[in-house]
Amino acid sequence: MTRERPELMDLTEHLFELDVYRSRGGYDAARKALGMPPVAVLAEVRDADLKGRGGAGFPAGVKWGFIPRDGEKPVYLCVNADEGEPGAFKDRWLMTHDPHLLLEGIIITAYAVGAHDGFIYVRGEYEAAALRLDRAIDEARAAGFLGEGIFGTKFGLEVMVHRGAGAYICGEETALLESLEGKRGEPRLKPPFPASVGLFRCPTIINNVETVSNVPRILRDGAEAFRELGRPGDGGTRLFSVSGAVVKPGLYEVPVGAPMKDLIFQHAGGLPPGRTLKAVIPGGLSAPVLRADEIDLPLDGDSLFRAGSMIGAGAVIVIDDGTSMLDILGIMTRFYAHESCGQCTPCRIGTSWMHKTFTRLASGNGNMEDIDEIARVASAIKGRSLCPLGDAAALPILALVTKFRTDLGSRVEEARVRSGSW
Amino acid sequence: MSHGFAPVVLDEVRAVAARYPRREAALLPVLRVLQRVSGALGRAEEELAAELLGLEPVRVREAVTFYSLFRQKPAGRHIIQVCINLSCSMAGAGRSLAGLQTRLGIGPGETTSDGRFTLLTVECLGNCDRAPCLMVDEDDHGRVQEEQLDEILRRYP
Repeated sequence: MTRERPELMDLTEHLFELDVYRSRGGYDAARKALGMPPVAVLAEVRDADLKGRGGAGFPAGVKWGFIPRDGEKPVYLCVNADEGEPGAFKDRWLMTHDPHLLLEGIIITAYAVGAHDGFIYVRGEYEAAALRLDRAIDEARAAGFLGEGIFGTKFGLEVMVHRGAGAYICGEETALLESLEGKRGEPRLKPPFPASVGLFRCPTIINNVETVSNVPRILRDGAEAFRELGRPGDGGTRLFSVSGAVVKPGLYEVPVGAPMKDLIFQHAGGLPPGRTLKAVIPGGLSAPVLRADEIDLPLDGDSLFRAGSMIGAGAVIVIDDGTSMLDILGIMTRFYAHESCGQCTPCRIGTSWMHKTFTRLASGNGNMEDIDEIARVASAIKGRSLCPLGDAAALPILALVTKFRTDLGSRVEEARVRSGSW
Repeated sequence: MSHGFAPVVLDEVRAVAARYPRREAALLPVLRVLQRVSGALGRAEEELAAELLGLEPVRVREAVTFYSLFRQKPAGRHIIQVCINLSCSMAGAGRSLAGLQTRLGIGPGETTSDGRFTLLTVECLGNCDRAPCLMVDEDDHGRVQEEQLDEILRRYP
């Protein structure tokens, strides 16, 4: 029996147990893959147009193809489970409810790229998810799905959970590698890319939890079926974490390219009674905000990029008319000042500078020139750091102050009135 | 070599280190174990980790000071982490934080005088569909209303 459903999310109870997972057809795809030549497995995933679900959106199969064949160094597989983008909780769900799906994806991915060691880098706060994964790994090993001679083949694989210790930056792939090597999570300069120089300077594949969890069904149903679920060049379905001002916050799966309005107003039940839509942050806090009149968009990476934002990790935060954009600006400046790793000066100094300026504004001792100052500093950070965190701080702040200047202005005045500093 | 640590701790640390293809990769999990055992990462913990993993002590200090879940001073018996990022703030995280401050008589970053609770604010805990959320030790609490705070606190003596 196979999973007779096109969805990634399977709501079967106790799916985290091996027996239940197997009763849903679990590990059949891995068995099938290990009976194929690795290059054929890689080709199937490449042809599926599976784009990375972690934020950067790079096609997984193309990335796998960068691993040198028959090199002398070992190849490592790292699963990025450091989900830290504010608003995102999809990977947590996958690991907690369907850990064997991730393991099955890991087996297939490792086989395709020739890796025999896999690490799942789970953020420090995800205790329950890490425990489920540990248990699933033990079960899989006992069943002969991990370890030596998987499914009677010569292929062997060891997988272990590695816990982060509280650092948003470690979701960036090269910072994750540094962290996994026992260092501070400071991103590396690219190139070289991890596929050629990665963990312990060996070729390394780093894929997000949701990306890897999609691999089994590509092998099961074929590349074409997966591709047809989505859009040209961007196959499959995507998980969206919807939070903020909606009636039913939660995790929803829709085909790539489904209308954003359907996600918000149908799946998530729209805004609570009496509230109206003011803005949407479509891809987590780092994604530039969209005004209410800008959300008539299909949910795919290209469409959101053309709209000046990004799909990121699929974290949709819905903002209602009662929310102060000045408060949001403060959360953004604080977050990036806290999470900048400090390696590149524009990001380190710039993010703190923006937050100090905001703090002055919020205390009532500022004016619109401070908003302009924040925008100037954001522009100065943009494009001047070696990892995406600098841009992740600059772009959403620039979008917020550009699109909601009037709103910010009235809140700045309110703060001045409250503090008595006319 | 033992730095005064019990043999059972040394065994656990060595077992963790042995799981990795290279010893230095075990630094974060080793520090996790030592922090759990000792309550904080002081000089003795840093030196033990450095010695067992063959690292310069400064490498260990660099890691200890980089990651927010590592602490150099002991915390209370229970650690409360209140998420104050966007989705939780919109759902009333400010009220739960203020409610906790009133009940505990401390601000974020502080520990109650009886050593029972340390109160911390954190960025997104990845529980946004259950906003506002907080963690006490390893437990998740979602959709926290102010009137539930007493009941939550009671569970952690």
